[in-house]
Amino acid sequence: MSGTEGRGLVLEEKLLFESSVPGRVGYSLADLDVPNVLPDESLIRSELTGFPELSEVDVIRHYTRLSTWNYGVDSGFYPLGSCTMKYNPKINEKTARMPGFAELHPHSPDSLSQGALELMYELQIALGEVSGFPAITLQPAAGAQGEFAGMLMIRAYHESRGEKRSKVLIPDTAHGTNPASAALCGYDVVPIASDGLLSASAVAEAMSDDVAGLMITNPNTLGLYEQEIIEICRIVHAGGGLVYCDGANLNALMGISRPGDIGIDVMHFNLHKTFSTPHGGGGPGAGPVGVVEALEPFMPIPRVVKVDGGYRLDCDRPQSIGRVKAFAGHFGILVRAYTYILAMGGEGLKRATELAVLNANYVRARLEGVFDLPYKQRSLHEVVFSENNLPNDCHTLDVAKRLIDYGFHPPTIYFPLVIKGALMIEPTETESKQALDEFCDALMAIAKEAQDNPELLKQAPVRAKMRRLDETAAARKPVLRWEA
Amino acid sequence: MRYLPHTDNDIQQMLETISVDRIEDLFSGIPSSCRLSRPLDIASAAAESELVVRLQELSGRNASVSDWDAFLGGGSYNHFIPAVVDHLVSRSEFYTAYTPYQPEISQGTLQAIFEFQTLICQLTGMDIANASMYDGASACAEAVLLALRCARKRNKVLLSSALHPQYRETVRTYCRYLQVEIEEIPYTESFATDLETLKGQLDDQVAAVVAGYPNYFGRVEDVAALAEVTHGQGARLITAVAEPLALALFKSPGELGADVVVGEGQSFGIPLSYGGPGIGFFAVKKQDMRALPGRLVGETVDQDGKRGYVLTLATREQHIRRERATSNICSNQGMCTLIVGIYLALHGKQGLRLLAEQNYAKAAYARQRIAQLKGFQVMQGESFNEFVVICSEPAADLRARLEQAQILAGIPLVSDYPEQQRSLLVCVTEQNSREQIDRLVTELAGGAA
Repeated sequence: MSGTEGRGLVLEEKLLFESSVPGRVGYSLADLDVPNVLPDESLIRSELTGFPELSEVDVIRHYTRLSTWNYGVDSGFYPLGSCTMKYNPKINEKTARMPGFAELHPHSPDSLSQGALELMYELQIALGEVSGFPAITLQPAAGAQGEFAGMLMIRAYHESRGEKRSKVLIPDTAHGTNPASAALCGYDVVPIASDGLLSASAVAEAMSDDVAGLMITNPNTLGLYEQEIIEICRIVHAGGGLVYCDGANLNALMGISRPGDIGIDVMHFNLHKTFSTPHGGGGPGAGPVGVVEALEPFMPIPRVVKVDGGYRLDCDRPQSIGRVKAFAGHFGILVRAYTYILAMGGEGLKRATELAVLNANYVRARLEGVFDLPYKQRSLHEVVFSENNLPNDCHTLDVAKRLIDYGFHPPTIYFPLVIKGALMIEPTETESKQALDEFCDALMAIAKEAQDNPELLKQAPVRAKMRRLDETAAARKPVLRWEA
Repeated sequence: MRYLPHTDNDIQQMLETISVDRIEDLFSGIPSSCRLSRPLDIASAAAESELVVRLQELSGRNASVSDWDAFLGGGSYNHFIPAVVDHLVSRSEFYTAYTPYQPEISQGTLQAIFEFQTLICQLTGMDIANASMYDGASACAEAVLLALRCARKRNKVLLSSALHPQYRETVRTYCRYLQVEIEEIPYTESFATDLETLKGQLDDQVAAVVAGYPNYFGRVEDVAALAEVTHGQGARLITAVAEPLALALFKSPGELGADVVVGEGQSFGIPLSYGGPGIGFFAVKKQDMRALPGRLVGETVDQDGKRGYVLTLATREQHIRRERATSNICSNQGMCTLIVGIYLALHGKQGLRLLAEQNYAKAAYARQRIAQLKGFQVMQGESFNEFVVICSEPAADLRARLEQAQILAGIPLVSDYPEQQRSLLVCVTEQNSREQIDRLVTELAGGAA
């Protein structure tokens, strides 16, 4: 693969507002069948200045062209570490659009929403079984909101016992959302240094009766299972704290190890990662949370509960942390995840985990020696290389951009922060050996280019819609909207 | 399994490359005490044809608004969705991508968000809008946090009791452990925020006043007056818009003096979907740009000088600022920004206004007809497509009675407002024909035509 052949047609497209033609319409409205009345003139706005005027064809072309500048999982390999970019099954899209789901109003009485409530209840049961937690809430809108809800529950738990603890321990490999979510609960964040793995002694040293808990990611963002997790949980519990687990990496554990069985007290799920719902160009996801029994009274409202003859939404929960959003979660996403679980079955979920781990280890085996691997322990669903071996002042960013020229979405880069120039690769289970081989071949070719012709990396990408964009200029003089 | 491409032969070759004998060996890093020693208790895989049957069965046990005469609003609105919307958002280049971290291969998503930000600014009359929040309620909570951040020494927030109850609850959850004092402003007999009481509640400790526009009862609040008294004490006025279609007809909150405008964008092409996902929008004046939560897309150029778009001002965000970030939010509601952009582009300057006028006229017709019924009163004052009906019997009973006629008549207010036992919140959109409205009126009157 030379990396230069086959450049395709790249269409240009202006902004909606620049394509607008006065008098053009893209809508159809039925004739008004009641008397036409208007509010008092003093309340009425002037026209929607700047709003576009386009035909249906204009709108179709506009967005179709925009779509061609994107790269999705359906376009090709998307090994974005920590994001679990697995294939999004098409049947999920179809079930979420069934009229009883898509056209169900959130204020419909429970008696007329039984199918939706049963689906949610069943999904809670399935997520509970995968994770080992007895209680699940589906309300949080995304992983970060799940973290927030989980940490609020921890705080509510302590306060219900009259304890005022003010600190939360977070290892340095954690996602940025962890400290941000803890801070939103009024906690002070105490970072703990880890050397790839978190040691029980480091936790013991940091633990005090002012510590509300620990936020841990397991397997962590290096793809490593925390070896001392049971002892770590024991230490935190002995000190009166609780353990939160960031469930971003649950794809490494389904059917293999359950966080709820090993001492974790709270964990969020990312349904858009582990359970195949689409990432949507950045959301909407869904961030259900599982908890141990002691935390169940504090779960957000509403709760989906089973009662005689059916299901209902329960809001009468005096110890609840309250609501984190309107209505009962991202229901449309929950339908997709439920569909996925039915399609996979229990054995299929375990198989997904096994093959995700196989794929990551295969990439690791093929690239170890070509790229520097700072942590050599047995890794699970992802593998993180550093930029240490790169010659000629080539950096991780250059490798990532060059991968675009080879037709791949780059891995996550520069995260976790503990690795210099991290290249974090998570292939997921839905990639074939052939896809992985092509990707590894490309990375090996790029490593060679770095040696022989580093300019190819530094100028990359040259085959995308755009060349490298000036992010500094964007931040220095922000232009955040179109203006006439 | 059809989503898993591995053949036995592939697996064998891969294991050889890795130098292990069995897949199980790859899990040797997990201590045995952490292993699950039994299979997951989840039913075995269903074929696609089987799951469709199961999901159809579940779907069939819900009340689709297509099968019912539905007059439900309360933060989620039944508007017609043109075929174009679903067609375009089904392009997997959009929905199977993630956050546009690599701008060179994400210009589709980035330009669509930049356009979304612009459309929200135009609609709300504000300077800057972010790339979206989870929903109207959480956007409202984040707006309160922004106001508290920007007015460092002030720690009090006044919420109109006519603000959506779930928005108020969400604000309380977000502020739960942040030493914030939250007070509610009562509403008047005509279901508007009580301006006179507000004047007495305001002091130099108040960071923000929050009111709906329209409010939960459908009332179009006097935002200019609210802004004037709020600004008089140096606080910010946050308006939360649960039905943004109203902004195509009524003066924009920005024009009336609001400092922060947040809301729910579900009305613009997003299915009801039992309340989620929707999309929160979040707009501010220039001065608050660096205090914004969430993603922002900005314009720039590439190495060849070509115009393009990138995520920008990221130093506000959690992946850089960690515990000192302006919010813990990571992703926005990408797909939903796309839907809103498509919907607004299709309706355009004229279509959105006409659609808003139709909603207004239909609701006015329903309101006027119900007002003529014996035993019924309707809310006084200006509203958009939603209004309160005061009945002569408990509203929950009335609703249950109309269910027998396949009508979802409205939302009984009693569960959120115990004093409103006989009040029903009725919403009328372009989806409700005159015939449906007439039937509602007939059934309210007792069924005898």
